[in-house]
Amino acid sequence: MMRQARVWPNPGRGAIGGISRRAALVGAGALIVSFSIMPAAWPQESETPDTGGSKLPGSLAIEPHLDAWIKVAPDGAVTVFTGKAELGQGIKTAFLQIAAEELDLPLEQLTIVTADTQLTANEGYTAGSHSIQDSGTAIRNAAAQVREILIGVAAQQLGLPAAALRAENGSVVAQDGRKLSYGALVSGNLLHVTAQPASKLKDPSTFKVMNRPVQRLDIPAKVTGGEAFLQDMRLPGMLHARIVRPPSYGATLEQVDLATVGTMPGFVNAVRDGNFLAVVFEKEFQAIQAMRILAASAQWAEKRALPEQSRTAEVIRGLPSHDYVILDKAAALPGGQPSTGVGAGVNAGASIAADYSRPFQSHGSIGPSCAIAQLDRNGMLTVWTHTQGVYPDRNAIAEMVRMPAQRVRCIHVQGSGCYGHNAADDAGADAALLASKMPGRPIRVQWMREQEHAWEPFGPAMVTRATASLNDDGGIAGFTFDVWSNTHNMRPGTAGALLAAQHIAAPFPIPEPKPIPQPEGGGDRNAIPLYDFPAARVVHHFLPDMPIRISAMRSLGAYMNIFSLEGFMDEAALAAKTDPVEFRLRHLKDERARAVVSATADAFGWKNRPHTANGTGSGFAFARYKNLAAYCALAMEVEVDRDSGRVRLRRVVAAIDTGQVVNPDGVRNQIEGAILQSASWTLYESISFDRTRITSVDWSTYPILRFQSVPDSVEVHIIDRPGLPFLGAGEAGQGPAAAAIANAIADATGKRLRDLPLTAERLKSAINA
Amino acid sequence: MVALTVNGSRHEIDATPETPLLYVLREDLRLNAAKYGCGLGQCGACTVIVGGEAVFSCVTPVALLDGKSITTLEGLGTIDHPSALQRAFIEMQAAQCGYCIAGIMMRAQALLQQDPHPSDVEIRRHLEPHLCRCGTHMRILRAVHRAAEIMSAERTQEAAQ
Repeated sequence: MMRQARVWPNPGRGAIGGISRRAALVGAGALIVSFSIMPAAWPQESETPDTGGSKLPGSLAIEPHLDAWIKVAPDGAVTVFTGKAELGQGIKTAFLQIAAEELDLPLEQLTIVTADTQLTANEGYTAGSHSIQDSGTAIRNAAAQVREILIGVAAQQLGLPAAALRAENGSVVAQDGRKLSYGALVSGNLLHVTAQPASKLKDPSTFKVMNRPVQRLDIPAKVTGGEAFLQDMRLPGMLHARIVRPPSYGATLEQVDLATVGTMPGFVNAVRDGNFLAVVFEKEFQAIQAMRILAASAQWAEKRALPEQSRTAEVIRGLPSHDYVILDKAAALPGGQPSTGVGAGVNAGASIAADYSRPFQSHGSIGPSCAIAQLDRNGMLTVWTHTQGVYPDRNAIAEMVRMPAQRVRCIHVQGSGCYGHNAADDAGADAALLASKMPGRPIRVQWMREQEHAWEPFGPAMVTRATASLNDDGGIAGFTFDVWSNTHNMRPGTAGALLAAQHIAAPFPIPEPKPIPQPEGGGDRNAIPLYDFPAARVVHHFLPDMPIRISAMRSLGAYMNIFSLEGFMDEAALAAKTDPVEFRLRHLKDERARAVVSATADAFGWKNRPHTANGTGSGFAFARYKNLAAYCALAMEVEVDRDSGRVRLRRVVAAIDTGQVVNPDGVRNQIEGAILQSASWTLYESISFDRTRITSVDWSTYPILRFQSVPDSVEVHIIDRPGLPFLGAGEAGQGPAAAAIANAIADATGKRLRDLPLTAERLKSAINA
Repeated sequence: MVALTVNGSRHEIDATPETPLLYVLREDLRLNAAKYGCGLGQCGACTVIVGGEAVFSCVTPVALLDGKSITTLEGLGTIDHPSALQRAFIEMQAAQCGYCIAGIMMRAQALLQQDPHPSDVEIRRHLEPHLCRCGTHMRILRAVHRAAEIMSAERTQEAAQ
């Protein structure tokens, strides 16, 4: 049954969109209402819902109806809905813990529906460590309000005051023992009401499910061969497609033999649309064989358009920039010069200065991207995708295939870990494009390893420069930081972001890159230090020209900026002849920041750390992710083999303050992973390219961390903050881990490496210099 | 036609001889565990056990496997009756996205069948062919140690009976 469309309230950024609201009866009578809101209600990658003056908590601000988050069926079954996607970070389990806690239900009695343009709220992208903060907050408040509504209904039915009733194990219970189950209490549109700004949240001291280490619900299937991934979906009649991608950016197809593959067993179709080339076969390996034959016959005109890899940092610094001063405390300096231009004033007589660089790096998902799409006989295009943003991806795909967005449905199904904007959306577009040309059977597109490595949008190369002047007390008097970076967000929303849309005969232009504004920031994420310096100036040099295809990679600019800032803090501490932890605490006022720094130093035994004999060294680093999410401090002990320059990671200790914890083991798993992933980026990783092609196309040309190089031990301590707001944790460890490694290497060898990655080769030549 | 014994069952497969085992497992036999990761034997996501040895199924043509006995992760246990190794991975919560995990578990299983008490160094060396991008390595190592303990306890128990 369709209800009338109405105008959605302006979320505050001038984007008013119509919604189509679809209501359907599902199961035994529970009302499911779904909303399709477009365009996306808030900027990509910076996902704090813009409440536009509303006081509703978390993502309730963009979808205020309680039954958009929690539905209770007459049989008492409870379903939780989230617009966020499970990426392997464990959010399904965490969301259910939150709902189970506030609803007083055993975890097993809840199920969850994740990102689906037909069923869930538009929560934009699952990115920026926002899921628990935004969706978790919405679910928690919605669940608490649902509980109170059910108690209210029970009060009426029992003729008792609500205060005399309590929720317990899926029922509302009276003191005399009478009880009414949730299923019996729910009826009609009871929960189709707008959330209130305030909820009666559980006291953390009474938690039974939250703040407890709960085993993740998805892991048993993953360790027993269950259907756990999009790659494992097998739809009836499904066809297998492979794409023949151009050999390089901007290459144009001059000639191709489509006929030969047509004679191969299992052939269904060979598609050429401009520079988009694909084969569709009955069986998967047939498609792979045909892809190879088609690729061998294709002749491309290539462009020599890439920069010289060895000059990447120089090239980045030389690109035209739009400069944004994102912090300017120069005026506060006694006698400080007025700011008369970028970088002017603050630190004219700086006593130390340092330049840092980061190369282009790969998300490097273990499973190359995959998608399934089907255009059914009703003209509905369904795309099963592991995109991080079903709604923006839906809009981009609809634009590409020239269909109304309402006729395209994107359903998130988990893929291999993505760590940001990898090729997931592109694979979705490939499948959708083929399905739009071949109505009927579902078509599965699986990217090959070399395609994922060569064509994914990489983490952008960056350059930074820090300067500081020291005062007589050995503290920092003035500080400047400059960061040069492309955007960190070329995610879809419009068709031009999709590779297939760029390659077809009537291509869509690549959208104009935009910086992500502070306070979250993109290239300038965490460019503003949390330290309290008397004078400071930070400038974001935003570079619109993108010589390499780039987009969002886990923690965006924070990884590089924290690597730079926290390395620089050690350099300044050295200049001030002060212990690095003491030096940090001297400049840190935020109590929660001080607490993670001290907790890490204590747990690591910083004061009694081994001295630098035998090439052993210790490093420390701290950051609050985005200066508004989780706090993380980290200490690391390394051993350097001076002959080879090889770094062995011995011991890592981290402390994290993520506000109210939902699943402590989930937080630990995320932070452990962030540390190891960052260690891999930091020690080994850089894509390679010649003047025409990306040349890092597999794991031998793009080596990453392997088992023999992982630390001896990693310890993560969680600071308990009962009742405080959730703070995103998923990306909090990347920056500190990188800086701690560099600082430990400097401690071990006396050599400061400032150019990522900190390879054995670079360290060896620094030691021998 | 190729005859394969997979997880104890014999199958006649209609596949060309050069077809990698991975595609037969995933498509013809509809098994999920072995994953496509690289097709080059560089990441280990496709690993299965053939005759006691861990093998990259993505680069092993079925023609080489006629009559061989193949074990995939599905052959170790089920979600209702998980094997010692599977229980250990659940207990240690040794997965994030989990895409790499089936392959890693099969090589760990092969190791534990040959050496019931491997040292930490041996486990690390043995798992070197495998990539995990989420950084779950520490938990995976703990889970392999834990599996060795569980298996050892089970052997003791069986011997006592």
